[in-house]
Amino acid sequence: MAEALRFRNDDPIEEPAVTLDAFLDQADASAVRIEAGEDPRRLIPVLDRVKLVELGIPRFRDGRCFTAARILREAGYEGEIRAEGDVLVDLIFFMRRCGIDSFAPSAPLNRADVDACLSRYEHVYQHAADGAVPIWKLRHG
Amino acid sequence: MYKYDQYDQAMVDARVEDFRDQVRRRIAGDMNDDQFKPLRLKNGLYLQLHAYMLRVAIPYGTLDSRQLRKLAEIARKYDRGYGHFTTRQNLQYHWIKLEDAPDILAELATVEMHAIQTSGESIRNISADQYAGAAADEICDPRPWAELLRQATSFHPEFSYLPRKFKICVIAAPADRAALRWHDCALRIVRNEAGEEGFEVYAGGGMGRTPFIAYKIRDFCPAAQIFSYIQAILRVWNLHARRDNIHKQRMKILVHDLGEEEFRRQVEEVFQHFLTLETDFPQAEYDRIAAYFTPPPFETGLPDDIDRSDPEFALWVDHQVVAHKAPGYAIANISLKPIGGIGGDATAEQMEVVADLAERYSFDEVRVTHAQNLVLPHVRKQDLYAVWQALHEAGLADANLDLVTDVIACPGLDYCTLANARSIPVAQKIQRRFAEMERQLDLGELKIKISGCINACGHHHAGHIGILGVDRKGTENYQLLLGGSGAEDTTQAKITGPGFDEDGVVDAVERAIERYRELRDPGERFIDTYRRVGLDAFKEAIYG
Repeated sequence: MAEALRFRNDDPIEEPAVTLDAFLDQADASAVRIEAGEDPRRLIPVLDRVKLVELGIPRFRDGRCFTAARILREAGYEGEIRAEGDVLVDLIFFMRRCGIDSFAPSAPLNRADVDACLSRYEHVYQHAADGAVPIWKLRHG
Repeated sequence: MYKYDQYDQAMVDARVEDFRDQVRRRIAGDMNDDQFKPLRLKNGLYLQLHAYMLRVAIPYGTLDSRQLRKLAEIARKYDRGYGHFTTRQNLQYHWIKLEDAPDILAELATVEMHAIQTSGESIRNISADQYAGAAADEICDPRPWAELLRQATSFHPEFSYLPRKFKICVIAAPADRAALRWHDCALRIVRNEAGEEGFEVYAGGGMGRTPFIAYKIRDFCPAAQIFSYIQAILRVWNLHARRDNIHKQRMKILVHDLGEEEFRRQVEEVFQHFLTLETDFPQAEYDRIAAYFTPPPFETGLPDDIDRSDPEFALWVDHQVVAHKAPGYAIANISLKPIGGIGGDATAEQMEVVADLAERYSFDEVRVTHAQNLVLPHVRKQDLYAVWQALHEAGLADANLDLVTDVIACPGLDYCTLANARSIPVAQKIQRRFAEMERQLDLGELKIKISGCINACGHHHAGHIGILGVDRKGTENYQLLLGGSGAEDTTQAKITGPGFDEDGVVDAVERAIERYRELRDPGERFIDTYRRVGLDAFKEAIYG
């Protein structure tokens, strides 16, 4: 595991993330791991006790995590969403836009490259989970 | 035509730097080729048999003369002096060096062009009716919506790593000139009983190894909500699609597996959710975009007749010129299918001739068609003769639109790593076989479409006559299909039987066509005879 990358000010959650099935069965657990292919909507009824959602990224080309993160943010979840696994530099901008705010990449990322990727696009064309103001809104004030 | 403002320009400029940095990191060894591949594909850069291929987006098939001249300049400077117009209304260069690609993108950005999402598992460049804004039968110009959706779907964070590619098409006429229902998401602008504009939405179409014609998922989606609806379709697919087999990850497969009703139900549920997120673009933004597509200042009181005293010109008018909505104007199609040429190819000089003609005679507009031809959409009828003369001089005056020699063919094994067989030589042989104009005229509308592999870039499933190149025990072999259509009467072609070698398939095409001539009713098209008499009557002639 390479150095983690976190975009939150609160303290990291140390509790190990349990599987989605286990989490739904454990009333006092607060960290859950969702694998690609598991339906994140199953978590919505119990979101109030979730402090960390870890999204498993089996292959960097697997884009299900983007939808999973947005669904959780759209349901009002404000805790940490961590992408764990095959996280590459060029994914991070899109992941941040979808509400993923910490990263546990299996291979180390060059921080300068990450920062360059995150700052390259000054504007965005559409709403997502990051609160960025879309271009159409800038055009019309 | 749409013009970039500072935001659009900043987006494509950032993309150029993004890609330049990705190429730098690849060359420095910071990422391996597997990691680089999806990134370059998102910029339309494929590794082909001999070199890199760069696919440039031509949004909804619309270009101005400045852009077309830039495409010509790039062809000359970075390629071998020509480009290839594709069945997705884009342009491909086939001889590109990786290290030149960022500079080419930078040059494109100077004329408001890009290669964003022209390949890879992304929302692709949006295609549209090539006669948009000119067609006599359209209810409105579909391009403002296509442009709005271009922006909405560019760099969409949730849908940037989709299970597979996702193709959107927009038309606004009862006639389908864009192969609408062969798209993942097909939109036809309609008006409801209250006179409000909205979209008839079709989903789950696609060619490839498992062809499906898109089914109608919604009769009417209010125009202002279309982005929500498309996002709902994408989210359902992104959540549920298989990720274990690249051949089963297109949306059409999910629609088939879930069933149309269940897919619709899930999309409707997610659609209602998206509406609450207020992600749709407001009316003011639509109006801003639509203002760029107001009709050009057509003159009134122009003569409506054409001097047909030159018989060669008259023939061209009969086949290449189509009715325009404005009196005194015409839509002029430019054939890129010279007999024995490479369909869809244009030299830099030809591009410049077309750019000059567009500037002088067509309100500075050129269109690209999915049948790999070009269009001057707004020509005064009184200028047609001058246009024709210039085209003639440039070798662009063939009069074969929708005739037997107007063959669609993918680049095939001459260029493409995916191909199993060559397409171009087969197309050329068919053209030569039927080159005689009298014979072409006798046969009337007859659409032949050739793909060099199962991926179907040459649209063989939608051909009145389709040809599919396959690899059979190391030799090129060609299956023959009959009865497909990419028009408003969309149908999927059926395989006739065992395949043929290259010359054999040309003979088989001729036998099928001769059988049509025997069976046809007066004035009946090939496809209509086929539909009336069925496959067996043709099989008998093809296989004896």
